Amino acid sequence: MDQQFINILSEYPAGKKEGLLPILQEIQKERGFLTEDVLADVSLHLNLPINKIYGVAAFYDQFHFHPHGRNHFRICNGTACYLFGSSTFLKELEKQLKVKAGSTSRDGKFSLEIVTCLGSCDQAPVILVNETYYTRVTPGDLNKIIHSLKDKEE
Amino acid sequence: MSAPNTQQIKDFLVEKIVKNYSGFFDKGTADLLAQIKREKISHPVVYIGMGTCGLIAGSDKTFRAAEKYFEENKVDAELVKVGCLGLCSAEPLMDVQLPGKTRISFQHVTEEKVEDLLNAVFHHTVMSENAIGQYRFHSHEEWPGLGYIEQLPFFALQRRNVLRNTGNISPFNINDYLANGGYRSLFKTVLNYTAEKVCEIIDQSELRGRGGGGYPTGKKWSVALNTGSDQKYLICNADESDPGAFMDRTLLEGDPHRVIEGIAIAAYAIGANKAYIYLRSEYKQSLSILQNALQQAKEYGFLGENIFGSGVNLNILIHQGAGAFICGEETALIASLEGGRGIPHEKPPYPAEKGLFGHPTIVNNVETLANIPAILENGPLWFKSIGKKGSTGTKVFSLTGKGVNSGTIEIPMGIKISDIVNSIAGGVKDGKKLKAVQLGGPSGVCIPLKDMETEIGFDSLQVIGASLGLGGLIILDEDTCMVNLCRYFMEFLQKESCGKCIPCREGTKRMLEILDSTIRRPKEEGSHDTLERFKGVVQLETLAEVIRDTSLCGLGQNAPNPVLSSLKWFREEYEEHIFDRKCQAGVCHDLRTYFIDPELCTGCNVCQKKCPENAIIGSVKMPHFIIESKCTGCGICFDSCKFSAIYFK
Repeated sequence: MDQQFINILSEYPAGKKEGLLPILQEIQKERGFLTEDVLADVSLHLNLPINKIYGVAAFYDQFHFHPHGRNHFRICNGTACYLFGSSTFLKELEKQLKVKAGSTSRDGKFSLEIVTCLGSCDQAPVILVNETYYTRVTPGDLNKIIHSLKDKEE
Repeated sequence: MSAPNTQQIKDFLVEKIVKNYSGFFDKGTADLLAQIKREKISHPVVYIGMGTCGLIAGSDKTFRAAEKYFEENKVDAELVKVGCLGLCSAEPLMDVQLPGKTRISFQHVTEEKVEDLLNAVFHHTVMSENAIGQYRFHSHEEWPGLGYIEQLPFFALQRRNVLRNTGNISPFNINDYLANGGYRSLFKTVLNYTAEKVCEIIDQSELRGRGGGGYPTGKKWSVALNTGSDQKYLICNADESDPGAFMDRTLLEGDPHRVIEGIAIAAYAIGANKAYIYLRSEYKQSLSILQNALQQAKEYGFLGENIFGSGVNLNILIHQGAGAFICGEETALIASLEGGRGIPHEKPPYPAEKGLFGHPTIVNNVETLANIPAILENGPLWFKSIGKKGSTGTKVFSLTGKGVNSGTIEIPMGIKISDIVNSIAGGVKDGKKLKAVQLGGPSGVCIPLKDMETEIGFDSLQVIGASLGLGGLIILDEDTCMVNLCRYFMEFLQKESCGKCIPCREGTKRMLEILDSTIRRPKEEGSHDTLERFKGVVQLETLAEVIRDTSLCGLGQNAPNPVLSSLKWFREEYEEHIFDRKCQAGVCHDLRTYFIDPELCTGCNVCQKKCPENAIIGSVKMPHFIIESKCTGCGICFDSCKFSAIYFK
């Protein structure tokens, strides 16, 4: 356990179960993803069996056990984005980036995540790459985005 | 008179405005109030919409451009960050107000337009292509030739009650809310009314929960109030996870103090001294705005210990959700707050009797709570006069889909669906025909054209088998495939099913499989697959009914709604998919049949080389041909044709 991690845990009283979600959220915010050893330490702190903690972490979409790629794609699949063809974009992204939705490519360059709504339905379809929003995306735009990122990586 | 400092403004607002029972001010007070409300200004004011929708559309760049413009031209102007006005399709929005003149609103103000636009305004002309309209105000001089904003079709039918301040005031500054009458209801309530009286007033107003259930709020509060316990909780449900619904976010980002005041009054009414806001994890902007708002409310003494010296205490904590749709259900939300998986449990006992950590707990939706301050300010009869019997007040909707306008709207209950589509949304985009309106999120129903004259309301919608839901309203045009849309909703619900009840967990999976088989092209037509498909469709209805009848919570009970409603009203579309293997809207990729236009085909041979099934024949420089029986509909030829000679039906 490093200092940063101890600091996070110390903010939440030991043995109190309601601190679980905020603790996991903060760890993920600091480290980018959760690992099994981290869960074991949280289990000690909260005096909860690790299977309960793993169960909670696996239940919520927010938590993930693998690091995101250097270029993290979030594709919105809200109803409005769906109506404007987000599923086609998803297929195209999977094909071009060679990653499946919800995973990271082996070289760590790209990762792809489906989100239910980014809250900008009027500008559908929306794709979020790292912190940049691309709105009213067309197939041509998508190709441009992918190529510019691929060039940057090489 | 020198400009008052921050402390003086604070004291003035708290002492003279919030604590003023009568609502009448002397001239000095009214003057200073008008200055704080920016009705009387000495320098230009520019308002820029900085809600999430605005930020995504690039309003932060617009803001910086405006800042730069004023710096370079050495103009002393005030830049105000406001929430979303509701007309999200027009973002980024920028309003400009010159001293003595009315405030004008401009749409689609990207950073490069800022300079020209502001130059024009300072030369007293308006760039008409960007102007939406002006705000009516009695003592301001009008801009000639510009319509009023409230007369625009998008706003004309609306009645902005909850959204009154959204887009007009700064959500970052509590003074703006106070100057517009904020926290007066809380002051009146904690000093004048007993908790029973507050419950009674809310009950008289006939306010019903806006989160989907529609249970009378006053009755729910009374139950919690009358349950004996040393600790009670109030939870504001801001876990808005419906895809395509964002009205709670608009409200939280545009007028956070209205929600906080509502929470404070509700907590007082049930005797809770601790409240939670369960916020959806994706709402980062809402989180920072809320945190700032809570901090300010505490500094002003509206939250914390001994509010207004009445001896009432209240602490509000924000709890971030972790991305689970089911946590919108109140018992699941409580389970999640307690640190477990968000799995609902059976009712009774209702949370109002035994909720968070076993104590009486009230879970109210953001919009319900935002209605509270105005009811206490204006009285229950005023609230009852809006809307119609059984469904009083207004309802906020997220209007999305294929309408011309989209955004957040607030209408009085009792308006017809067709009015929303034709007037507020401005009809369907690109002159297409309207097919249906989807109401109530993923587990809502599709309302066909014949029911468009139905009035919005809890009971009137129930007659046609629909429900208000959270308030997502999606306009569907003729290019929408109902089967594919249902499959989309089913996929979402299947993924979000918590897994507790077998009918919901397994049933939604089976329904998804059946829908998949209807929109997918099997490898070999005529074999086992076809039989399964026919069998499946026969079972779809029975399966849906079993899931509806045997699931515990709202997610399972409503999960079959989209399928049942579309089967009822759009049965021919299902039949077309199943028997004719055709999708009229051309949405289902697998069911497309591709053809080559001999007029356009140059015989370049590219498609022939690329076709994985060798279904394309033809010789070089002669039009090619697709053998339908060999084609699997993969679409590779369509993508590869440079002459747009390939089309599908």
